Amino acid sequence: MAYARQGDWVQIYQVVLPAGERAPQVPPETMQVPLELKVKGFLLDEQAQIGQQVAICTLARRQLSGKLVAINPAYGVDYGLPQPELITIAGELRGLLRGEHDA
Amino acid sequence: MRDTSYQAVMARRPEIIRRATTIDYCEFESGSIAFDYEKMMRQAAYDIAEVAAIQKETAIGATPLIELKNITRLVRQIAPQGKGARIFLKDEAANPSGSFKARRASVSVYHACKHGYPGVIAATSGNFGAAIASQAAMRNLSSIIIQEVFDSRGVCQPEIMEKGRACEAYGAEVLQLSVGPELFYMFLLVLEETGFFNASLYTPFSIAGIETLGKEVAEQTKQYVGCYPDAVVVTHAGGGNVTGTARGLRHAGCDKTKVIGASVDLSGLHMASDNDFNRKSFTTGHTGFGVPFATNPDRVDVPRNAARSLRYLDRYVTVTQGEVFYVTEMLAALEGIERGPAGNTSLAAAIALAKQMSQEEVIVVQETEYTGAGKHPSPQLTFAKANGITVRRGMPTDNVPGKTIVIPENPGQISVKDIDLDKMRYSYIRNALSQNLRPNLADIEFLAQETRLLPAAVEELANQIMSEK
Repeated sequence: MAYARQGDWVQIYQVVLPAGERAPQVPPETMQVPLELKVKGFLLDEQAQIGQQVAICTLARRQLSGKLVAINPAYGVDYGLPQPELITIAGELRGLLRGEHDA
Repeated sequence: MRDTSYQAVMARRPEIIRRATTIDYCEFESGSIAFDYEKMMRQAAYDIAEVAAIQKETAIGATPLIELKNITRLVRQIAPQGKGARIFLKDEAANPSGSFKARRASVSVYHACKHGYPGVIAATSGNFGAAIASQAAMRNLSSIIIQEVFDSRGVCQPEIMEKGRACEAYGAEVLQLSVGPELFYMFLLVLEETGFFNASLYTPFSIAGIETLGKEVAEQTKQYVGCYPDAVVVTHAGGGNVTGTARGLRHAGCDKTKVIGASVDLSGLHMASDNDFNRKSFTTGHTGFGVPFATNPDRVDVPRNAARSLRYLDRYVTVTQGEVFYVTEMLAALEGIERGPAGNTSLAAAIALAKQMSQEEVIVVQETEYTGAGKHPSPQLTFAKANGITVRRGMPTDNVPGKTIVIPENPGQISVKDIDLDKMRYSYIRNALSQNLRPNLADIEFLAQETRLLPAAVEELANQIMSEK
């Protein structure tokens, strides 16, 4: 199983408010689930496995603790797939501007 | 040990906010509905010349005003004879953190630094977080950004993920939360623990920071075409962009310029719903913020919201998600400028509005925002499809928020839908009277300023609302 060493960039998880103890104004589907928190920082423990309670030091130099959920987590953002509904638009509009089609 | 339950922290809100803003809002209160808005703006913040000097220190402002010549030509091809206003774009993506929010963040961070706060905190999933983190980096302060990011399945909006990445790049600690309004509870908790400054979107600092944008729009348009703009279109969410821009335009002497708010139509989707969260492709600039914040402005993280859009809006229109994606492609393809997409909400509206205006008129789109992985039409539509949304080409009127995104087939299909400002004024007054207070003379005068109605009209509406109760 993957483990992190002191100083590794990791992500921790906490339940901030359990299901049922949420703000009174939230809709029912939100009330049924907990308010969860994820935050990244540098591992303070010497060594830890995924799922263990650990402490981290964040970029704002605060110490926070929670369950270790990821080691060097991916950014998770990309450009997705080229979209067929979008890729012809440039050609269509340039054609209109050149008077090749009726607007 | 302090009680950190939801109720206990919310009850400590006034004390936490006072310590975290340096503003004693009681100074401006009357004890009734009315409060002295202009006094608050004057005393609590800085004047426009001071703001410009503060912003110059961190390379904000003086962004280019670009004439969209090809889009204007295209609009004239499809508009009725003699119609098709010149369209200009204020390229706010040229600010350090890539959006106009750098202006909004700058004064708070300067003020926090001046008053010896060790850091700043903002609760935002948008460009404002990156702006706060960037400004804090420039002034050597710590920053913490609190975001609403994922639903109960752990699924994240790509645009918010990108903003979180940007915040980290600028050195911020990013607290990523699941869906819900308790973001604000977390915000208070962290303010209390750290003693950091509340870099709220809604303090006078934040709004004063945007006034320079309105002033630059006025001055640059005058320099470019010889007159002030006939209309300025502003992407409208919490109201700060409209308020700050309009105040800046007025400061520059633009008395006749129409201020038009534009939002993406997300009607029918609940903003605090775990189910609806990932069924929208826009995380800001939409009606889910635009309508409730205009009609109940003080529902924010400070006692009095300095963003009061009904004081400044001449018109409020909506466009669809599909239209905004379409004009985002158009801006890149015809003008060679890749920006947005959320910031292009006002561009979509401006294209529709320009078709109805004469060729002698000038319409300005007052912002752009940076684009990048996650924050671009293709990842957003990829994400929408993965979450069960139908995407197709067709008539924008077939868009259904949360179900179908329809990308227009041609620019002639781009249009705006008006939101009735009188109905919003009525809602505003009804909300203001919700405490069952009988308004006094000062309240009537205040409500008239808030809604741009005559005092007699406010009185009549107030009587009607009170009698309905």
